[in-house]
Parts: sequence; structure tokens; C-alpha cells
Amino acid sequence: MSGIIGRKLGMTRVFTEDGSAVPVTVVEAGPCVVTGVRTEDRHGYGAVQLGYEKARRKTLTKPVAGQYDAVGLAPRKVLREFRVADPESYEIGQQVTVDIFEPGEMVQVTGWSKGRGFQGNVRRHNKSVGRRTHGNKSRRAPGSIGQSASPAKVWKGRKLPGRMGGERVRLRSLPVVEVDADKGLLLIRGALPGAANGLVMIRKTGGAGK
Amino acid sequence: MNEKVRAIRDRAVRDDLPEFSIGDTVRVHVRISEGEKERTQAFEGTVLSRKGSGCNETFTVRRVSQGIGVERTFPLSSPNVQTVVVTRRGKSRRSKLYYLRKRTGKAAKTKAVDIR
Repeated sequence: MSGIIGRKLGMTRVFTEDGSAVPVTVVEAGPCVVTGVRTEDRHGYGAVQLGYEKARRKTLTKPVAGQYDAVGLAPRKVLREFRVADPESYEIGQQVTVDIFEPGEMVQVTGWSKGRGFQGNVRRHNKSVGRRTHGNKSRRAPGSIGQSASPAKVWKGRKLPGRMGGERVRLRSLPVVEVDADKGLLLIRGALPGAANGLVMIRKTGGAGK
Repeated sequence: MNEKVRAIRDRAVRDDLPEFSIGDTVRVHVRISEGEKERTQAFEGTVLSRKGSGCNETFTVRRVSQGIGVERTFPLSSPNVQTVVVTRRGKSRRSKLYYLRKRTGKAAKTKAVDIR
């Protein structure tokens, strides 16, 4: 299996034998269940659809609940597809747990970053602030945003203040520090996008899941 | 903090170190690796502060070496801290003894606790 769905729990540190402290994010991932298979022949691409966290039936509409009845599984809150090279080898109802990962392995993590609201250029685009003295009037202002009569417009993609965060973020090449198969926990080095209890998808690097 | 994160954090907490508190004089045996070789160095001084919780707890030790004050902060759970030996129990009514930095000589000592 090329990936799993989980929730970010929080951060802590782990000491290694040689005494260095490793910052880790604890992720509770799985158990997920295979709810669907996408094959090259039928759908044009190979993938496995995973379901995570059981949902109460009354929270679902009948058409959505019917999808689960069709495959004979309990409804799930989250459904995500993961690209795989060999979708035929997966069966509906199959369990996917964190033991698909090994310590030391590199993974990609996808999540939704925390929403920061409307932020200025300094915070949003790492622009530098103006100097405070010598008559300067634009301390955190964007400054010049372009030329004059030619081109007489602001170029597309100009970095300006606006909404920051709350977007899909994918981090690549994060090492797995530890896998706790009993508790379904993954320890991934470094920070992950989003708030605690936020949804994250963890994928293996390379392969069909690219 | 999430309970499961707390469990991972507190897993590294050691029970092999003696109890010591602020104001005590301790000798900390630190593992130092120089290239391939490893050796142990002792650092003795007064405990100025302990802060943090779980495996993030650190303690600061101050000593005056050749007239110059030296402070080192150690993570309590670090494998590099091999042992801590309490050489003198000191009494303190503060949780942080930063005022000792301004004092020299006898005034920089903490009151000894009678341990029977």
C-alpha cells in the first residue's frame, strides 16, 4: 500500500542513543479500510480508495450511505484515493495499518495548513520591513507594485497582502522515526501542516503514488 | 497536550537519577564524544533552576571556575547525562536562583540542609 490517512496529534521530542534530541510529530494513522479500487482498464488509472474513521449513518445522505451498502462496509468519515501500480492486488474490505511504514523510510505528508486570515506582505511573503527613521513612511507597506504608463497595469502574480494559510500543503522527504503498530502511531521527524487533530495523508515517496 | 503524545514524551523520563532540587550542589557526569573517542566529564556546581516537564525538563548548574562564572543547562532525559551526584543539599526559598549570579564568595552559597 502506498499511503494511509491519519490525524496529527501533536509534537514532542525523542532522544537518540548518541544524545541528540529529534523533534517529532505524532500522527495517529489508520486503521483504514479499502473501500474501492480504481483500475487502469475501467477508470484509466490505478488507485486504491481508503476509508478512515467510522461515521454515524444519520450524518450521511442516503446516496452516500448507499455507496457503502454496495460494498458491504460500515460508513466512513473520510475517503481518499492513493495511486498504486497494482490495484488488482487489493480487495475491498482489506485493512491498512501503519505497519506499511518502516523507521528510517522517507514519506510525503499532505495536510491543510492553519488559516492565518488576511495577512500583510511582511508575514505572508517574507518581504522586508522599511527602515524606521530618515523620514520613511512605509514601514510594512508593500511599496511600489510596478511601472508607469507602460505597461499601465499590475503584473499577474504580484505579491500583495491577502488571505494566508488554510491551503493544501504537501511536504516531501520527511523521515519516519518510529512506527508503533500496536497503537497505530507514526512518529515523523519535524513539523507537519495543520493544527492538532487535523487530517493528514501520509504517502510513500516514489512509485505510482508520485 | 494529547494523552498519546504525552505518553511518548514521558517515555524517555529516567528514574535512575537521584532526586535533587534547586539550591543543591551536584556533580553532573556528561558524556562527551570527540570524534571516535568517548569520555566522561564532570561538571560540579549549584543548581539554579529546573524547568520544563516530562522528557523536556532541563536543569541549570552554575559554578565559578577561575573567577569566571560558568553555567551549563542539561536536558534531564538526555543520554549524555550519565549520572548526577548530589554532593551537598542546599536550602532555597526560590524556584530560580538567578540572584546568585550577582553574588560572589560566601554570599553566593546556599544554606546547607541538615540531612540526617
